[in-house]
Amino acid sequence: MMIYLEQFTYLLASALFIIGLKFLGSAKTARRGNQYAMMAMAIAIVITLVVSGIAGPVQIIVGMVVGGLIGGVVAKKIEMTSMPQMVALFNGFGGIASTLVAYSEYLEPTTLPVTLDVNITLILSLFIGTVTLTGSLIAFAKLQGLMPGRPMVLPMHQVLNFLLMVGVVIFGVMYVMAPDVPMWPLLIIAAAAVFGVTFVIPIGGADMPVVIALLNSYSGLAASATGFVLSNNVLIIAGALVGASGLILTQLMCDAMNRSLFNVLFGAVGTDDSTGDAGTGGGEQKTVTRYTAEDAAMIMDTVQSVIIVPGYGLAVAQAQHVLHEMAEMLTSRGIDVKYAIHPVAGRMPGHMNVLLAEANVPYDVLYEMDDINDEFQNTDVALIIGANDVVNPAARTKKDSPLYGMPILNVDYARTVMFVKRSMGAGFAGEANPLFFDDKTMMVFGDAKAVVTGLVKSLKEE
Amino acid sequence: MESLIVSIYVFTLAVFIGFELITKVPPLLHTPLMSGSNAISGITVVGALLAANANNWKVSTILGVLAIAFAMINVIGGFMVTDRMLGMFKKDKKTEKGA
Repeated sequence: MMIYLEQFTYLLASALFIIGLKFLGSAKTARRGNQYAMMAMAIAIVITLVVSGIAGPVQIIVGMVVGGLIGGVVAKKIEMTSMPQMVALFNGFGGIASTLVAYSEYLEPTTLPVTLDVNITLILSLFIGTVTLTGSLIAFAKLQGLMPGRPMVLPMHQVLNFLLMVGVVIFGVMYVMAPDVPMWPLLIIAAAAVFGVTFVIPIGGADMPVVIALLNSYSGLAASATGFVLSNNVLIIAGALVGASGLILTQLMCDAMNRSLFNVLFGAVGTDDSTGDAGTGGGEQKTVTRYTAEDAAMIMDTVQSVIIVPGYGLAVAQAQHVLHEMAEMLTSRGIDVKYAIHPVAGRMPGHMNVLLAEANVPYDVLYEMDDINDEFQNTDVALIIGANDVVNPAARTKKDSPLYGMPILNVDYARTVMFVKRSMGAGFAGEANPLFFDDKTMMVFGDAKAVVTGLVKSLKEE
Repeated sequence: MESLIVSIYVFTLAVFIGFELITKVPPLLHTPLMSGSNAISGITVVGALLAANANNWKVSTILGVLAIAFAMINVIGGFMVTDRMLGMFKKDKKTEKGA
């Protein structure tokens, strides 16, 4: 009887996860969707405790309370600019949890005798979980600035990766043939741990959105693999949903950069993580016209429509709030203000939307690239703050550019193009932006927050 | 072996549902989607509870307890931060009135 109760409750939880994800698909219902998923998780946890009978309550309570407290504090304290790091780290925690459960199952199997298929899924679970853990830790270190964001390629890097995979397969076969030898699962874990590191270190800082999405997918697959080991459907279903979600986001990020996943993972593209370039102009002989915030404010006073293009430089300078203040001022003067959000603006999928939402920018003035690209030609000012590659017209024309083919925001069609930027430096891709030298372009150099604050001040004085 | 086949069935169908659902999520919500799905992958806690649920302090039990803690960081942290983020998304009241 208990087994039916357990199975039906897991089914209920799985259904709630699915409904929750469905509701997460619309801004109106997203919060409710998250609550449904929360409920599903609570139901799954409670029924597991009830049915299995709590044999050793102390350690379970300690584990849950310690984990819950840490998670709760992190969730409360975390800055929105640091979301990518947090998600990266949490992906890793999901991975290690799966590895620990699988290894514990290896030491004390729940059902005997242990069959071949359980052993195979156990290998998978150990492998995916551990790769997710170490890969996520590297991604976290890169995003947090604990290690340089530039790609690190070891000598014979791909050969090493290949050998590690071969090693995992060999250890796996040895394990299946002699499950009692404790060395094999440990060797699988060791090889997977090294592979997770060598897998992520050659990927540049600018490509991290793709990597986080991919590791997100892995953390789901790791949960699924654990579900295979335990023959537990709610683990399999929830894990598969996350796995699919991460894969889709990975693909979307790749599309937004016009790169293949293969190129992102093995191309070692990108320079250092810093947005500012040491050399200004990079040997360019052409001249640019420099303007001040006051000049920009004077222009703003004469226009009817403005599209703001925010980039990560805006978030680094913490200028979202003052930018919103400026947008409010313009709106109150009857100027039409919209925001154009490129899919790879920020450091993870959708990051820029969250950063602007935090600054109280209503989400219905945030426009996706495809929805706003036709509007630039009827717009007076395109105001680009801390972004570069995503508005670089070289992506359309210059065939030998690393940006070539990447979908960009058509800011060059606007009547006036205003760049707020720290320097003439190129973006991640290292491609000079010809738009800087255009006659209709105004370059306002400086820290985004300082410039926008100056703009607000000048607007007030008029 | 039979249970493996059933598991593969369940997994495959769930992946299809996942693809169907997530394709429709607008870019606006991609970050909350990731942190939310992060919390969902903390479902491993169910496996961890089973592993830790023993009246002894063997290595397997201790590993289970550690797994509970890590998975719970994911669950609580993931859901809470998602809720916090989604609470920030607001519609523009002025345009609603104006329109």
